[in-house]
Amino acid sequence: MAWNPTQTTLVNLRNAIAASQTTSVQIVQQYLDRIERYNPQLNAFTQIFADQALQRAQRIDTGDLAGPLAGIPIAIKDNMCTPYGRTTCSSRILENFAAPYTATAVEKLEAAGAIVLGKTNLDEFAMGSSTEHSAFGTTRNPWSTDHVPGGSSGGSAVAVAADLAPGALGSDTGGSIRQPAALCGVVGLKPTYGRVSRYGLVAFASSLDQIGPFAHTVGDVALLLEVLCGPDPLDSTSVDAPAGPFHANLDQPVDGLRLGLPNQYLSDANHPSVAGAIDEAVEVFRGLGAQIVEVDLPHTEYGIATYYIVATAEASSNLARYDGVRYGRRADDTADMIDLYCRSRSQGFGDEVKRRIMLGTYALSSGYYDAYYLRALKVRRLIKQDFDGAFEKFDAILCPTSTGPAFKIGEKTSNPLAMYLNDIYTATANLAGIPGISIPAGHTKSHNGDPKLPVSIQFLGPLFGEARLLRIARMYEAATNHHLARPELAQAD
Amino acid sequence: MPEKLSEEQVRHVAKLCRLTVSDAEVEHFREQLAAILEYIDKLSALDVDGVEPMAHALDVTNALRPDEPSAGMAIVDVLANAPQKSPPFFQVPKVLGEGGNA
Repeated sequence: MAWNPTQTTLVNLRNAIAASQTTSVQIVQQYLDRIERYNPQLNAFTQIFADQALQRAQRIDTGDLAGPLAGIPIAIKDNMCTPYGRTTCSSRILENFAAPYTATAVEKLEAAGAIVLGKTNLDEFAMGSSTEHSAFGTTRNPWSTDHVPGGSSGGSAVAVAADLAPGALGSDTGGSIRQPAALCGVVGLKPTYGRVSRYGLVAFASSLDQIGPFAHTVGDVALLLEVLCGPDPLDSTSVDAPAGPFHANLDQPVDGLRLGLPNQYLSDANHPSVAGAIDEAVEVFRGLGAQIVEVDLPHTEYGIATYYIVATAEASSNLARYDGVRYGRRADDTADMIDLYCRSRSQGFGDEVKRRIMLGTYALSSGYYDAYYLRALKVRRLIKQDFDGAFEKFDAILCPTSTGPAFKIGEKTSNPLAMYLNDIYTATANLAGIPGISIPAGHTKSHNGDPKLPVSIQFLGPLFGEARLLRIARMYEAATNHHLARPELAQAD
Repeated sequence: MPEKLSEEQVRHVAKLCRLTVSDAEVEHFREQLAAILEYIDKLSALDVDGVEPMAHALDVTNALRPDEPSAGMAIVDVLANAPQKSPPFFQVPKVLGEGGNA
């Protein structure tokens, strides 16, 4: 039996394969066909492993491999190491890098029976909010190909939104899962820092980076999280916290639910559709018997300034490893070592990466360390204390994921600060380490030639509070069904 | 906080992080970084006296494991991505003597 990828979920596909209603080969082939048809206009995938995926699907179908994700195709952001293909971070400097080891998150998916379809585009080294800063071209939003998909995990968000894969992995350092999920109309979860091993995730900002799933439904991301989470001896910051169950109890509503609505996230700067989505969500939850009370997170307005010091400082250190010596691009005809370092890096990195390395180097440099880096670490504490206080009173915080829907390609590339401000509602969760989930909440109205674009809302929860956070998100999803909408893709020739 | 970012500071920072920047790039980055730093200056308005710096989201320090020997990566794999190699070594331009100012 054929399953229409645009009308199903990862969990349903999994169940159908397990019940022999369809085969993994059929499912994988359907997604590969869609990739072949639609990827040229979207540029979500930068590498596709068709033969390997079909071979693995055959092994699943003959019973060689089992597991909770047996036979399910998945897309992987190309900043996670895979022992096949390349791990490029969408950067020239790693264009030909073949990873000698596998990211734990990828290994766990494969051990659960998942099949990697290919690797997805990103802003170079995950630095960006639009996927325009990729050495391999911009990824396009399937709802309107003139618009960005968000970023940095834009390729993974688009792969799911356009049904080129039923699920995908991304990484979130300041919103890089939640913001593209929001702009593409899919569910994106950033787990608690330490929930998922970062081993084999190419480091951007080590105290903020976290791997997480994309899918069409809360149930799908819950299932993926269950597979991904857990301590890993290869990542000393991974934590041995109870691994759910995240999926089994999902449809059980949270009794006496209390949601905090942060004043600082409801500014006039928000697009009217964002304010409308929040109003609707408040109505939905009141109808479900929840208490919704305004809450103050007074240090929110310092989030971006703090984030862009902490993240760039860590990045400047992490990206020092790209020196052209052991792997990655090396400049030709260099005179000496210093010349080799400088020219390899200057040729290999794009502008945004250079900007962030320079900003971080400046913030850590002699004479500026106290004024920038140390001060930012103190404000980070204040931001975390805001959340700690809120979670004493509330189960979760309800807020927008982004200030508006997807913006046009090219609109913000010449103004880095405007691009950075995209992360205003997402970066504080990374600073505090808390989990956040973005879920579809309707669309903008299509008028005067403006396309219909997804609008989303976000729930933030306390450290390791994913189980409850997912149930809350599921309550909203079940009441609204916004997650069923799909973009109309232009038919390829 | 700081004075306006100068071209000289941009060149200094580029040197610290081993990036080569052209004259045009220096001005380009100076302008953009100055705007970002001006925005970041809002942090100086906050009173952070007595606040403990927070470098990490979780209170985890010194994660230790038993010191048990295990196999490392094979040299052939370690060298597989090297731009230039002379097994079992990575090869680089001359470091000492003439031409080496590292």
